[in-house]
Amino acid sequence: MPSNEYIPFLTEIRDVIKHTDIEYTFRVTYEGNVKPGQFFEVSIPKYGEAPISVSGIGNGTVDLTIRRVGKVTHEIFEHYVGDKLFMRGPYGNGFDIDNYKGKELVVIVGGTGLSPVKGIVDYFCSHREETKNMTLIAGFKTPKDVLFSTDFGLWKKKMNVILTVDNAENDTTCKTGLVTQYIPQLNFENFNKAVAIVVGPPMMMKFTTQGLLERGFKENNIWISYERKMCCGIGKCGHCKTDDTYICLDGPVFNFVKGRQLFD
Amino acid sequence: MGYCLDKDGFNQVLNEWSKEYIVYAPKLFKGGGNFSDTDRIRYGEIHTVEEIIFDRKSDYSFKEVLLPLSQTLFFFTENMVKEADFPKKGAVILLRSCDLNAVKRLDAIYLENGSEDYYYKRLRDKVKFILIGCEHSFENCFCVDMGTNSVDSYDAYLEFKNGEIFVDNHNDAWKTLFTAHSIGTPAVIPSYVTKNETHVHIPDGITPDIAHSKMWDEYDSRCINCGRCNFVCPTCTCFTMQDIFYTDNGKVGERRRVWASCMVDGFTDVAGGGSYRKKNGQRMRFKVLHKVYDFKKRNGYHMCVGCGRCDDICPEYISFANSINKLGAAVKEVSLNAVK
Repeated sequence: MPSNEYIPFLTEIRDVIKHTDIEYTFRVTYEGNVKPGQFFEVSIPKYGEAPISVSGIGNGTVDLTIRRVGKVTHEIFEHYVGDKLFMRGPYGNGFDIDNYKGKELVVIVGGTGLSPVKGIVDYFCSHREETKNMTLIAGFKTPKDVLFSTDFGLWKKKMNVILTVDNAENDTTCKTGLVTQYIPQLNFENFNKAVAIVVGPPMMMKFTTQGLLERGFKENNIWISYERKMCCGIGKCGHCKTDDTYICLDGPVFNFVKGRQLFD
Repeated sequence: MGYCLDKDGFNQVLNEWSKEYIVYAPKLFKGGGNFSDTDRIRYGEIHTVEEIIFDRKSDYSFKEVLLPLSQTLFFFTENMVKEADFPKKGAVILLRSCDLNAVKRLDAIYLENGSEDYYYKRLRDKVKFILIGCEHSFENCFCVDMGTNSVDSYDAYLEFKNGEIFVDNHNDAWKTLFTAHSIGTPAVIPSYVTKNETHVHIPDGITPDIAHSKMWDEYDSRCINCGRCNFVCPTCTCFTMQDIFYTDNGKVGERRRVWASCMVDGFTDVAGGGSYRKKNGQRMRFKVLHKVYDFKKRNGYHMCVGCGRCDDICPEYISFANSINKLGAAVKEVSLNAVK
């Protein structure tokens, strides 16, 4: 018999890092291989499951950054204290770090799109010698919505970081404007060979990739990650299917050459 | 090897099978139709040949045997989970050629698309298939054009003629049983239809651009997203996970998977309010292309088996066969637009 992929296992919540009122990172125990961009199906019995991206990989732990937007996540936020989580996974392909090594890299993210790529940013932050040049452009709604704010301090020391918000009001710590506004400021030696990762809401990804192509990026040097409803995570339930592709199996990370062909 | 059995003989075969298997066949559910005093033909457990409906198409397919409408995956308390038990008996399923071809599609999703599905596999391994012959085509069937009007691989073939049952047995384990209860050993050649009244033509040259065709707009108003077409389809495999808890002990419950439909609201909803394919026309486009375009891209053969149940069941009289036949014009339309 095949293994029963639907049975979740218990994990212990080691730490909870609060970013905003509705976004926390849950650091849970996990021993096993996992890549940035993969996801776990996290569940609370009686309330259901939700696919959550891996936002950090530690020694015997993984970070799951969760936004409180639905029934399951609401319950996790209410009852996490000293508690455990059920989960199964990891699922999906994740980002392949080798695609970006030795190259000029820009990571452009919007909102919680930072979660699935944070592992990549962390990796190259601690292995700066492995990229020629690295820029992170991260966009949020307001300064209060910024995720991983303490990490930004560390990243700024190691790479070019542009943190921008739609509306800064009286705050001066962030730039303002859409992430696309900062693409013309990219200063790479060779845009033809530079690589990019773009993750965020559909409209943001559309105009960001368009901006990168205008700067001379090649389509096959851009990677994107899609968000879809992923009930089973293993290519059976059909919710995440688009064209002939199952986002949970074949993605959620796609090279742009493939990703731009997918249609719902 | 061919056998002829009278009703009593076949009922004794059924009786023997029932020790090891549950025998499922299309049967009449009196009063089970959509309206008062209407009946429904669907799959259910049978004990005698008299219960089997041979002369009409079943409204629902066999798939609910392999993929129960609601299936408990495991039971949970707050900190423990316990896998739902194995079914004790296997299943013998009596089905027609289109449906047996549909099994290949279910296998493609549940056994081959990524890792094997645990719950499907444990049932599938214990299933035997008995092909029911089709002497003539039923209304809305288009199996011939889909190439699913015949099938070679089955445990046994069965047809009911003049009060007798003719069997072509391919299962060595059943030889003794059939020999013991047969009244003759004629050569039995499976009947299958070679002509349908309904025809479909799937054009070459379908590209993703077909999403921009105007043909889909018609369904925005005609389709009422009831999802019946999905539920009667033998090849629709989608499900949604659900947790329930018991009212007399809120700390205990179970996780189930239940049939889902790409035509119904909520299928693509993501946390935070996002959803895809909001219009019914977009959903229709997704379903049609899945059945006759993108499944083939992934698996090498079309998903639709031409049983025509979707056409039979649609309350808005939307014909899936017509939808397929409109694709040719849609391909031309989008290619002309691309030239402009």
